[in-house]
Amino acid sequence: MATAAVAHADPHQLRGLAAAAEHAGPAPKRIVTAYGFWIFLLSDIIMFSCFFAAYAVLSGQTDGGPKGSELFDLRSVTAETGCLLLSSFTCGLASIAADERETTLFQLAMALTCALGLAFLSLELREFATLVARGAGPSRSAFLSSFFTLVGCHGLHVSAGVLWLLTMMAQVTAKGFRADIRRRIVCFALFWHALDIIWVAVFSVVYLLGAGQ
Amino acid sequence: MSDQSLESHATDVAPGDEGEGRVRTRILGYVVGLGLAIVLTATSFFIVGTDLVWQPSIPVAIVVLAIAQMGVHLVFFLHITTGPDNTNNVLALAFGVLIVILVIGGSLWIMANLNANMMPMDQIMQMQR
Repeated sequence: MATAAVAHADPHQLRGLAAAAEHAGPAPKRIVTAYGFWIFLLSDIIMFSCFFAAYAVLSGQTDGGPKGSELFDLRSVTAETGCLLLSSFTCGLASIAADERETTLFQLAMALTCALGLAFLSLELREFATLVARGAGPSRSAFLSSFFTLVGCHGLHVSAGVLWLLTMMAQVTAKGFRADIRRRIVCFALFWHALDIIWVAVFSVVYLLGAGQ
Repeated sequence: MSDQSLESHATDVAPGDEGEGRVRTRILGYVVGLGLAIVLTATSFFIVGTDLVWQPSIPVAIVVLAIAQMGVHLVFFLHITTGPDNTNNVLALAFGVLIVILVIGGSLWIMANLNANMMPMDQIMQMQR
């Protein structure tokens, strides 16, 4: 039993810290997994930067249609921003709870994160529906095509994040805080915080700079 | 348990990991991050709707505030620091930032250049006639 536990905690046979310090072997799996996911997130951010570049180039090409300053409702954007910021905070609380193995607290924080994410999505969908109803859909002008691509892509990421969040809640319920489940929680938290960073760029570049034009 | 002690003494830190720390200080970190993020967001939304600031400075101010807020998110939420145990994460981030700057800056530069060198649209129409 004891050897099995040691083998599980010490997959690379480092036999304690003295040996690990002498020859630094492979990093623990938690670090390798999170680092790999960090690389993925950076490539995701580079993909977003292409959409940002397209938007920045095309934001003036309205083809006689409505400009951003005529379309954007900054109050709704403020509410969306508040939702995402708070959800990032509750997501941080959830990862602390996961490290402390507090199941109830974890599920509560994740449920809050989910509710805030869904609130964000419903606000964004309402905005898109209003725009399309006003005749300012993605096919109206190059500006609107790039707007819907950029903001919609972020919205798709948030939707995927909400689905992932729900599966994480289910996995913790079914399997508890096993090492592999905790690695997935770390990756999810990274994903959710990265989405918040992208949203900062979206509301600054698209909405705030667009409102001043 | 030994899994935990091995991790806290290892030489690398995963992105998002904070290393050792009491729960209270960790929560405090998120609270500080949230507070700073709210202040920066509120400032950028405020300066858009006000006449109190010199108008041409607003776009620059918004970009600066956005970059500052991304920094706050990276430090307080993603726990990317300048510590020696974080070098790998910071290097990957630096490479990502380089590519992002090349893509966005390069696109804007080239397209602005093309735009400036292109004949006005009515003249092109004239030539096609």
